[in-house]
Amino acid sequence: MNIHSLNWLKAAPVSAFPENGGACVMLNGQQIAIFNFALTNKWYATDNECPHKHEMALARGMIGDTAGEPKVACPFHKKTFSLETGLNLQGESYCIRTYPVKVEDGVVYVAV
Amino acid sequence: MSNQAPVRVVVVGNGMVGYKFCEKLVAKSKGDNRFHITVFGEEPRPAYDRVHLSAYFSGASVEDLTLAPAAWYSDNNIKLLTGECVVKIDRAAQTIATHSGLVVPYDTLVMATGSAAFVPPVPGVEKDGVFVYRTIEDLDAMMSYAKTATKAVVIGGGLLGLEAAKATLDLGLETHVVEFASRLMPRQLDAAGAAMLKRKIENLGISIHLNKNTTHFTGNDAVTGLHFADESLLPTDMVVISAGIKPRDELAKEAGLATGPRGGIVVNDSLQTSDARIFAIGECALHNGMIYGLVAPGYDMADVVATNLVTANAPPFFRGFDMSTKLKLIGVDVASFGDPFCEKTEHDTILVEDKLKGVYKRLNVSPDGKHLLGGVLVGEAEGYNMLLQTVKNKIVLPPNPEDLILPARTGESAGSGMVLPDEACICSCENISKGDICAAIETQNLTDVAGVKRCTKAGTGCGGCVPMLNDLLTETFKKQGKVVRKVLCEHFNYTRQELFHLVKLAGHTTYNEVLKANGTGCGCEVCKPVVASILASIHNEIIAKQPVIQDTNDRFLANIQRGGTYSVVPRVPGGEITPDQLIRLGEVAKQYGLYCKITGGQRVDLFGAQVHQLPPIWEALLEVGFESGHAYGKALRTVKSCVGNTWCRFGVQDSVTFAVEIENRYKGFRAPHKLKGGVSGCTRECAEAQSKDFGIIATDKGWNLYVCGNGGTKPKHAVLLAADLDKETCVKYIDRFLMFYTRTAEPLQRTAPWFEKLEGGIHYLREVIIDDSLGICADLERDMQHIVHTYQDEWRTVVENPELRAQFRHFVNAEASDPSLEFVEMRGQKRPADW
Ligand code: SRM
Ligand SMILES: Cc1cc2nc3c(=O)[nH]c(=O)nc-3n(C[C@H](O)[C@H](O)[C@H](O)COP(=O)(O)OP(=O)(O)OC[C@H]3O[C@@H](n4cnc5c(N)ncnc54)[C@H](O)[C@@H]3O)c2cc1C
Ligand code: SF4
Ligand code: FES
Repeated sequence: MNIHSLNWLKAAPVSAFPENGGACVMLNGQQIAIFNFALTNKWYATDNECPHKHEMALARGMIGDTAGEPKVACPFHKKTFSLETGLNLQGESYCIRTYPVKVEDGVVYVAV
Repeated sequence: MSNQAPVRVVVVGNGMVGYKFCEKLVAKSKGDNRFHITVFGEEPRPAYDRVHLSAYFSGASVEDLTLAPAAWYSDNNIKLLTGECVVKIDRAAQTIATHSGLVVPYDTLVMATGSAAFVPPVPGVEKDGVFVYRTIEDLDAMMSYAKTATKAVVIGGGLLGLEAAKATLDLGLETHVVEFASRLMPRQLDAAGAAMLKRKIENLGISIHLNKNTTHFTGNDAVTGLHFADESLLPTDMVVISAGIKPRDELAKEAGLATGPRGGIVVNDSLQTSDARIFAIGECALHNGMIYGLVAPGYDMADVVATNLVTANAPPFFRGFDMSTKLKLIGVDVASFGDPFCEKTEHDTILVEDKLKGVYKRLNVSPDGKHLLGGVLVGEAEGYNMLLQTVKNKIVLPPNPEDLILPARTGESAGSGMVLPDEACICSCENISKGDICAAIETQNLTDVAGVKRCTKAGTGCGGCVPMLNDLLTETFKKQGKVVRKVLCEHFNYTRQELFHLVKLAGHTTYNEVLKANGTGCGCEVCKPVVASILASIHNEIIAKQPVIQDTNDRFLANIQRGGTYSVVPRVPGGEITPDQLIRLGEVAKQYGLYCKITGGQRVDLFGAQVHQLPPIWEALLEVGFESGHAYGKALRTVKSCVGNTWCRFGVQDSVTFAVEIENRYKGFRAPHKLKGGVSGCTRECAEAQSKDFGIIATDKGWNLYVCGNGGTKPKHAVLLAADLDKETCVKYIDRFLMFYTRTAEPLQRTAPWFEKLEGGIHYLREVIIDDSLGICADLERDMQHIVHTYQDEWRTVVENPELRAQFRHFVNAEASDPSLEFVEMRGQKRPADW
């Protein structure tokens, strides 16, 4: 897919997202979790819904890495998901969707 | 390899063994595209872990139990057809046909059809409310029927029957077990062991009826009772039949394959049926007159067939299997291994029986005293793995074999994995030897059981060998001269105690500083809250300033609930509350529609607040003098108090005043785990102080101080630290004790487990806390004094600080609250809708 042809939606200013943490935005009626991974200077976006028990909670999870793979841990039962691929890192079958993110002029955009 | 002719493999049955066969064949034929595998499963979903089926009742989801998701099959080029029943084998044409009309050719056919529950032909079995216990659908049906039932009868007192009984008990039903034989688990236990088991199970609240032969079920459409041959009657609302298994050989029989007189598809040592192109594995296979109703032999069979298909030379054979088992029934340890009865073998018996504790152990030893032949363990089965290995590997017994089953003498365990030979099979589900495991630990630098499971697959089946894996890890480390340390996680190669000292010495105040100075990578959900807790214990700064390293509850200063709302628990020191405060609680609850409950900790919990409502709710509570109750923190919770001598006719001291003082002293103090206290006004102990992390009981001379008790999962009574103290000394000792614990405990280790590991026990603790043997008491007191002086109510700080307050919202780009929240009504209040 050509990244320039994506449909970018404006999420919120950079200041709305805590460093090394996440926050939730509503875009087109969909809840999206956006993470400001300041330690590596990267941004990630995923579903806010955790597929384990369908809690709208991933934005409130702690982020970090395992063997270099960036991840988020759901606050409910600490299931962890790769922020790059959305795969469940405990090897369970459910996973999350990830979305392209970019930052321009202090504003965060997501392609949903 | 790839120029070999393709082989069409069809597997009938996608149960545990059918799946394992696919896994083994895929692994063994990697890079070789010869095998085209098609799997038919009659059940509507991919194979799942039947062994842990009962976990479904306690909340495990279908996904949790699934052995591999459908995607795994397609990723490995396996065609999986679920919900598709094979109804015919045409051996001449080498095809199978399914109920929906599919016809599929095969070169090799593998029958893994398992078994069905054996249902005795008792008149009335077809009635509503009669169940078997085998599939997820069976469990769903039982759960929904149990909603209208109050009583259940399980037919069969074997391994499975007892497991089913525990399940119906956990469903809240009055539970009975009916057994035809004169004892429970007749195939595994001797009479004395079974009698002990019976007593233990009755203690769980399950009634046992032995020597009962059911003649018919009573009731019209639905079952209402069992009628027995002795003319007695047992009324019930539902029945679960667990009287044995019946191999599913109907398809094989119809195709003219040889089957046993009592069922099962006859196979040779290569698991070949009477048709050389057809194999049978798992519970449907009859090998040497034996049906194996366990998963491990089935896995072994899967391995034999997969290996045979891939390699032509030196094929392995199935040589029968040991039937040793351990009951998983929670709360009762039962195991039998080797030959438990030795009816036909000459032997000597060693017996240990403790009726008081409910422990029965039997070892059968060869007449020369050199070898262990088998045995039975009831009430305590910790030695099971080691004893089983001793039998299997024919290890020569020590001079006093009774030591193997006598209560362990101080610190010694019943032998460790290291005396086993390298060939000893540790994980029988996956057939992995001790040598394989130790080699993996050494060469791949494994440091924990999770790593061993990942790299060797040991411990991923029934899980029975996991304690042994732990032993092997520890022993291998010791052999390598490595000191075994519980380091935090991959990001910090330090124990919590080491990190605590490093942070304190360097004076770090943020997670990033600590990570930079002492760690690697970007951190994770394990080390972040530990560092947050260490920082809080040392500096006592407001935790809301570093929200992203806090566990969820600490991040929003409230406990998260199902659905994603939060609860509000204001502090009520000593349980003393004013009428105005009570009124305000009611007003706030009404205004925000919150569910109200009196907690077990003498205060009120308001549930169901949305994240953006938390600050205004607290604002209203702060006005009448409430403060945060830290119900969300690994911190001081409550100091429970009885009413004491100000009102009570027996009281000898003012327990409420002391409890209020103590609670106010330690409020906000963060520790490795939560802390609770209690103060009772006399020896009647109405405040349950001896079940707290620190408990104080009034005497006519002063106060007795108890430490390291708790309720919860593993209740522990607190231990007396010092007696007849004045208030001031009592507080001084608590200061020292809490700080000492906070510096030295592991993450999330409460005072009781911490104390259990403390070498020297209470004597050592007294030396440190009372005699100052380490010379640290002044330091401990200073640290605690700092905490007490720097206390601020964190909810007040948040409410008054606009920047911190702004963190409390669901969306950062919209004012809306979370639209996915759903509640239902219950007894006039609300609760979250079901998951
Ligand atoms: C509200 C309350 C139940 C009630 O309605 O009575 C409660 C509710 C919770 N308890 Fe409790 N416990 C409550 C009293 C207790 C007690 C009784 C007591 O304190 O006298 C115990 C046993 C005593 C003890 O702690 O030793 C108790 C043993 C636990 C445990 C097991 C601890 C253990 O060491 O085994 C947990 C799990 C944990 O902390 O890791 C737990 C955890 C929880 C959590 C926080 C679980 C969670 O993370 O969501 C519950 C959520 C509270 C909420 O959403 O507000 N709760 N919990 C009680 C609050 C007391 C309070 O005013 O703060
Ligand atoms: C509650 C419970 C607890 C247990 N606990 C333990 C334990 O602690 N330890 C232990 O070792 N074992 C235990 N077992 C036994 C263990 O689950 C079995 O040994 C194991 O599942 C056998 O695997 P299998 O593949 O041979 O049979 P199954 O798992 O029964 O799989 C056979 C599959 O084949 C399907 N099938 C049958 N005929 C056809 C057909 N014609 N066409 C298509 N599909 C077909 C069936 O629907 C089924 O899905 C327990 C069993 C239960 C029910
Ligand atoms: S412990 Fe019981 S008897 Fe003693 S003062 Fe308290 S309430 Fe009264
Ligand atoms: S809801 Fe996310 S881990 Fe359970």
